[in-house]
Amino acid sequence: MLRDITIGQYFPGHSFLHRLDPRVKIVLTMIYIVLLFFVHKYVGFAISVVFLGVCYVIAKIPLKMILRSLKPIVPILIFTGILNMLFVNTGEPFFKWGIISISWDGINMAVVMAIRVVCLIAASSLLTYTTSPISLTDAIERLLKPLKVIKFPVHELAMMMSIALRFIPTLVEETDKIMSAQKARGADLESGGLLQRAKALVPILIPLFISAFRRAEELALAMECRCYHGGEGRTRMRQLHMGAGDAIAACITVVVSGAVIAANFLPLPW
Amino acid sequence: MMIKIENLTHKYSVGTPFEKVAVDHVNLEIEGGEIVGVIGHTGSGKSTLIQHLNGLLKPSEGKVYINGQDIWADKSKMRQVRFDVGLVFQYPEYQLFEETVYKDIAFGPRNMGLSESEIHDRVLKAAEFSGLREELLEKSPFELSGGQKRRVAIAGVIAMEPKVLILDEPTAGLDPKGRNKILNQIKNYHDQVGNTILLVSHSMEDVAMFADKVLVMNKAKVFAYDTVENVFARSEELKAIRLSVPQITNVFHRLNEEGYPVPRNVYTVAYAKRKLLAELEKEGKLHA
Ligand SMILES: Nc1ncnc2c1ncn2[C@@H]1O[C@H](COP(=O)(O)OP(=O)(O)OP(=O)(O)O)[C@@H](O)[C@H]1O
Ligand SMILES: [Mg+2]
Repeated sequence: MLRDITIGQYFPGHSFLHRLDPRVKIVLTMIYIVLLFFVHKYVGFAISVVFLGVCYVIAKIPLKMILRSLKPIVPILIFTGILNMLFVNTGEPFFKWGIISISWDGINMAVVMAIRVVCLIAASSLLTYTTSPISLTDAIERLLKPLKVIKFPVHELAMMMSIALRFIPTLVEETDKIMSAQKARGADLESGGLLQRAKALVPILIPLFISAFRRAEELALAMECRCYHGGEGRTRMRQLHMGAGDAIAACITVVVSGAVIAANFLPLPW
Repeated sequence: MMIKIENLTHKYSVGTPFEKVAVDHVNLEIEGGEIVGVIGHTGSGKSTLIQHLNGLLKPSEGKVYINGQDIWADKSKMRQVRFDVGLVFQYPEYQLFEETVYKDIAFGPRNMGLSESEIHDRVLKAAEFSGLREELLEKSPFELSGGQKRRVAIAGVIAMEPKVLILDEPTAGLDPKGRNKILNQIKNYHDQVGNTILLVSHSMEDVAMFADKVLVMNKAKVFAYDTVENVFARSEELKAIRLSVPQITNVFHRLNEEGYPVPRNVYTVAYAKRKLLAELEKEGKLHA
């Protein structure tokens, strides 16, 4: 159950996308996401979706993984979809019943929003599927380095992120274990009303917090024992290098972005 | 309480690159009333196997029967199965959560819906079985030492009076004295209650000393399931899968090969001592 959360989970492989420089991947993903909000025409959306689909195929990520990462946002999609349909009332009416009226513009808006959100999640999932958390934080640290000038604690932030990422699987595993142990003692986590269920979480949350604090303390101690004192003068084991593949990927993304923006100006109704 | 496992297979992380068969088509029948030692290398699937016995893990394939009942046939009876088959996890001290030791031990019995006086009786009895002094009961479990916490966790399962008690490496990370104390207490408990106990362990010595039967897991399969004597008699095969026999057995094999008149089927130090003394006495009489 807990293992269904796939966002932020690395899917190891050796594809072209896996081998790209993580900095390039982050920047290109961000460009793609911004781009999604500039698209107004369905032609543009079609290009964006196909582009993302091709990327998934290149990365050899099974379709099942995309669906799994989209599952948690289904309620949000439905909710925003309904809101959009109900409150956007401009344009030709499509359906009217009492005070409820749904216009073509509303439907259009709902569909556009849904495509945007789905693409956004799928694109950022692709980034985390093809990039190990370690290289991801390395890349973020490098990308944010200029902010050091204004005394922004870039290194500390990156370290916190990598520690957090490192401990997500551990905590998930730990939660699983504690849940099993309490279930073995007859804890009932699945039935009862809201209050009862909240109460049933106590035997899981308390051990979980205690072990998280214990781990934090041990880790801090271990880091200090190895003379960690912040980012000053630290060299890195893994140097990031950009290569020809990164240039190619950047060019392709720029061309696709150009095509999508150009589609906005096409004299087409959709 | 009879346990029957039929063609049990368990796969982790199905459908990802990390898919892993942890238990592979296992068949097993365990009669009631014995202590069964479960041994095997790390990662051989011991913990996975035992978590199927009270329905914490669902088989990918195959069936688990407790007293002839398929435990997955009727999910509403699953809680009863968990009360009948008590499972103490590896490092169980991390599951403690209540304000006092007493309340923590009472968690299981309370979930069973017992009366307050029955709960009280069971907590006291379980604390005694696991060697917890009464004045500890009102302390916070987080103030105790590691070994004491372990006892509290074991008491928490014993208090449910399970007909089958499964302990996953109850002595991991304890010093030799603490280990022996806990194992002796488990043995005592078994002698008094006469239930079935499955004891996962990495120590051949412990298994030889405390178990009636041994279940050897190797690479997700059952390698052997037989009496202690019969299993350790296959020492060559065990060595082939890089498991050992008790060290005292090795010593006696060696002595036997060197021509000394000692038996090969020696598995515990106590038995070895008796045999040696008897042998020496015989020799002494011959010389006299
Ligand atoms: N929750 C899990 N998710 C994925 N794989 C797992 C999980 N639990 C165990 N495994 C894998 O299944 C295999 C069997 O694990 P299991 O815990 O049953 O071994 P074990 O015999 O109990 O080992 P140990 O003696 O170390 O406790 C191992 O290879 C392990 O990596
Ligand atoms: Mg184990």
